[in-house]
Amino acid sequence: MTGYQFTFAGHSLMALGSGALFLPDHHLLCVSDLHLGKSERRARQGAAPLPPYETRDTLSRLEADLTATEATTVICLGDSFDDRAAAEALQENEKLWVKTLQAGRRWVWIEGNHDPGPLDLGGMHLAEFTLASLTFRHIAQADQTGEISGHYHPKVSVRARGQTVTRPAFLIDSDRIILPAYGTYTGGLSSHSSVLSDLMRHKALAVLTGSQPLPVPMPRQPGP
Amino acid sequence: MVRQTGGARECLLLPAHSPMQKLGYIPGMCDVPETFTDWFAIRGWHIHPHQRDMLDHAHNPTTLLIAPTGGGKTLAGFLPSLIELSLQSNAPGGLHTLYISPLKALAADIRRNLMTPIDEMGLPIRVEDRTGDTPSSRKRRQRADPPHILLTTPESLALLTSYEDAPRMFAGLQRVIIDEVHALAESKRGDQLMLALSRLQGLCPNLRRVGLSATVEDPQAIASFMSSASDPCTILQADPGPDPDIAMLETETPPPWAGGGAAYAIPAVLEHVKAHKTTLIFHNTRAQAELFFHNLWLANDEALPIGIHHGSLDRQQRERVEAAMQRGDLRAIVCTGSLDLGIDWGDVDLVIQIGAPKNVKRLVQRIGRANHRYNAPSKALLVPANRFEVVECRAALQAVRAHDLDGDPRGPGPLDVLCQHILIAACAGPFDAAGLYQEVTQAGPYTSLTQDAFDACLEFCATGGYALRAYDQWQRLQKRSDGLWQLRDPRSARLIRMNIGTIQDTDTLKVRMRRARGGKPLGEIEEGFAAALTPGDTFLIGGRIVRFDALREMVVEVSRDAGRTPKIATFMGTKFATSTQLSDRILAMLAQDDWPELPSHTRDWLDLQRQVSHLPSKGRILIESFPHDQREHICVYGFAGRNAQQTLGLLLTKRMEDLGLAPLGFVATDYATLIWGLEPVLTADALFDPTGLRDGLETWLAGNALMKRTFRASATIAGLIQRNTPQARKSGRQATFSSDILYDTLAKYDPDHLLLEITRQEAMRGLIDFGRIEDMLARSRGQKSLLRLPRVTPLAAPLFLEAGRTPVQGAAQNRLLEEEAHKLMVAAGLDT
Repeated sequence: MTGYQFTFAGHSLMALGSGALFLPDHHLLCVSDLHLGKSERRARQGAAPLPPYETRDTLSRLEADLTATEATTVICLGDSFDDRAAAEALQENEKLWVKTLQAGRRWVWIEGNHDPGPLDLGGMHLAEFTLASLTFRHIAQADQTGEISGHYHPKVSVRARGQTVTRPAFLIDSDRIILPAYGTYTGGLSSHSSVLSDLMRHKALAVLTGSQPLPVPMPRQPGP
Repeated sequence: MVRQTGGARECLLLPAHSPMQKLGYIPGMCDVPETFTDWFAIRGWHIHPHQRDMLDHAHNPTTLLIAPTGGGKTLAGFLPSLIELSLQSNAPGGLHTLYISPLKALAADIRRNLMTPIDEMGLPIRVEDRTGDTPSSRKRRQRADPPHILLTTPESLALLTSYEDAPRMFAGLQRVIIDEVHALAESKRGDQLMLALSRLQGLCPNLRRVGLSATVEDPQAIASFMSSASDPCTILQADPGPDPDIAMLETETPPPWAGGGAAYAIPAVLEHVKAHKTTLIFHNTRAQAELFFHNLWLANDEALPIGIHHGSLDRQQRERVEAAMQRGDLRAIVCTGSLDLGIDWGDVDLVIQIGAPKNVKRLVQRIGRANHRYNAPSKALLVPANRFEVVECRAALQAVRAHDLDGDPRGPGPLDVLCQHILIAACAGPFDAAGLYQEVTQAGPYTSLTQDAFDACLEFCATGGYALRAYDQWQRLQKRSDGLWQLRDPRSARLIRMNIGTIQDTDTLKVRMRRARGGKPLGEIEEGFAAALTPGDTFLIGGRIVRFDALREMVVEVSRDAGRTPKIATFMGTKFATSTQLSDRILAMLAQDDWPELPSHTRDWLDLQRQVSHLPSKGRILIESFPHDQREHICVYGFAGRNAQQTLGLLLTKRMEDLGLAPLGFVATDYATLIWGLEPVLTADALFDPTGLRDGLETWLAGNALMKRTFRASATIAGLIQRNTPQARKSGRQATFSSDILYDTLAKYDPDHLLLEITRQEAMRGLIDFGRIEDMLARSRGQKSLLRLPRVTPLAAPLFLEAGRTPVQGAAQNRLLEEEAHKLMVAAGLDT
């Protein structure tokens, strides 16, 4: 398992190349913005029917991370489902797959803007989750410390010898971590966007996902 | 070319049910109404023979007129409509003639030109244009109360056919005029147009089609493309006029070994500009046009008024240049293909082509833009940008003189366009699948469409056509109990209509001057290029050097930057590949014993190549293998055009990696691919096995960015990806996920899906152009010579100077990224 190790609010953490965050001391794995059922929701809305394979792809990757980390606690940091109806419309074998992953693990669904309210899929449903000095919530709030959130799907572009590489990325500063989206059908918001530049401190790092997670100073909008 | 004008002039009788007789028009009547002859006489004009021919054939179901630029082609197309409408005094209004042009600007221009005769003759004819720029209130009115003549584009027409009231709007339509049909026939826009015309033909069975075309190599192909399967097409050829006066520029300084800028020729070009009234200076790419324009102004001591015009410039800027040109205020315009079509510039007396023309047909059409006076020869000058292009320009000159035009026949109509057409049909109302299939196969490009292929497209539109049948209750199209297909959710029609069209602009960002709020718009650059800019970088746009300041709200903000050397914008533009026919001519030239027609510098160069190595030949692929600068190289002379040579580079380096030859990178031109690596290549058999290359296309290249770009284009046209959504219109760009994810997902879980099949078909041409690699293998029948040489050869040397080197991907990219990340961390003092 490859990961970028760092210390945050007194905890030892690891940003995995898959986009999951691992807390080895707590055997805790945190993933954000799975957006399961996106293709169902899109079809329901009358848009073009997307290839209906994103749920199985996302769950396959999650399963691989769970196996590799042997995590016993899983926190899904909100927007786990593209909406309530999408959660209910998951295929039977996919629901069963979620249940299998939950077996023997503490499983927390944090509410997101796409999926408020409890769902009939096992696990706990919480608005926020706290663990010692850490707070897990979907959307970052101002003036917090030890906060771990998702929602923005951050992505980062790095130019290396004329080639630009863009990947989903963790944003990390002394007060907060913003996770990249873990779901297969998710886009990203550039770290240059003002909302991310405003949220993150000047010394923030970005950790690019990929086979080898890579830390870089967070690329951001140059000041006016 | 055979002169065909003035052929059959006898008057033919029409069947009694002809709409023309109802109009009181005597078919075949060679006399033009007095109003018209008087008007012509006042202006001192006479009707050209081909204009009269068009009148004589006005009743034909389909007529194709081939005429050189400036031959009064457009009037020839409209004259029958004007006469019919002028005789229609008491008849009700309604749409009589539809005019389709590939350019919005042309529609507006034609309207102005048509209004002159209509006003002066006092004809009761209403002419309006309708494009994406037309205000929506007028668009609504046009649907309720259409003008007699409507001027529009293929996309606007497709949109019109998507409305439920289309049958009412088009009732009574008599004629459709397709301008620049030769250009449309080369693109998916043309395929879409032909599908729309099939639909109109269903609504108006007596609809007559007229195509107006520039000189083409195969008029019959255009005729089959534009006519309905059940109708014959008459081809009329106007007098092509005298042969052009065309030459290659020879300068004191020989052209450089590589590159495309032709900066060496600037003083000579300026002299020619001074010696002529108005000169068009054509370039093959926008970036080259920008650079040349910049250099031209640095040398323009007399401050001659010279402008620039290309597709990346802001519309207002382009319009300003066009207006100045029409007023005769400019002595020269540096331009690209954006001036290939349409607008009649009048006073151009010289066309200069910078860089090898790549394609003889396009060259001839460009040359035709000079000297529009009928029966006066056009004057043109070819400027080779480098030593090899001297050979290519010479070959092109021979081809022009021999009237040997080129063109790759297009395959059958693409299925992504058909998918969009099915969705458009569904927007217009419930449809019968069998009837739609029948109608579609009447369109020229789709006559050979099989029922299975049609069914697959319908299935894709309805359900997505996935192997996993999920969410069938949310089908996009539903079959009703009466057997007709309809949109499940009528509201989805809006989204489909918003995304009509087949033009794929690569994602571009607007460029604006920073300063005040809403600074001056300059044009657009590619998103990829913008992403590679860091504040302080400079580039050329619209002929000025600007400095990149910031990217804000998807707008590139820049400020003026005088006097520094710019970093050149890598505008995509269109990088045309040298055509097969022109490549063959070059190969034939290389086979000559000597080259008395070439300047001595080029002649000596080829001679030396023959002494130290071989010259490439048509029947045998030449591969040179040599060490240079502590690296091993091979140079493969495939003459397959730059896209195919690029693909060959990707495939060969992959095979070399597998064989342990440690390739490091490659560069491709229209005629060769140069690969460098650590190990010498001593035999070519394993590398060039055709099965292996094909497997590479299927497996390894399948993950390549070019394939993904090809997929994105087709998925967008077929309606899987929406570029425009109501939300995106409101809030700017949404954080939508990239089409690459869809491609990867399909490749992993549904490899036989229709869209991947379409992507593989598209890979045979365009950016990947694997078809030309197949051609190369076929023409050499596996014959190849690998020469092991002690040093770089004369023909290979220029490739070392070519820009656009591609490093071998994969492990290399991660290594580069790690290096860069480390550097950044150290620079920021964050390295621990």
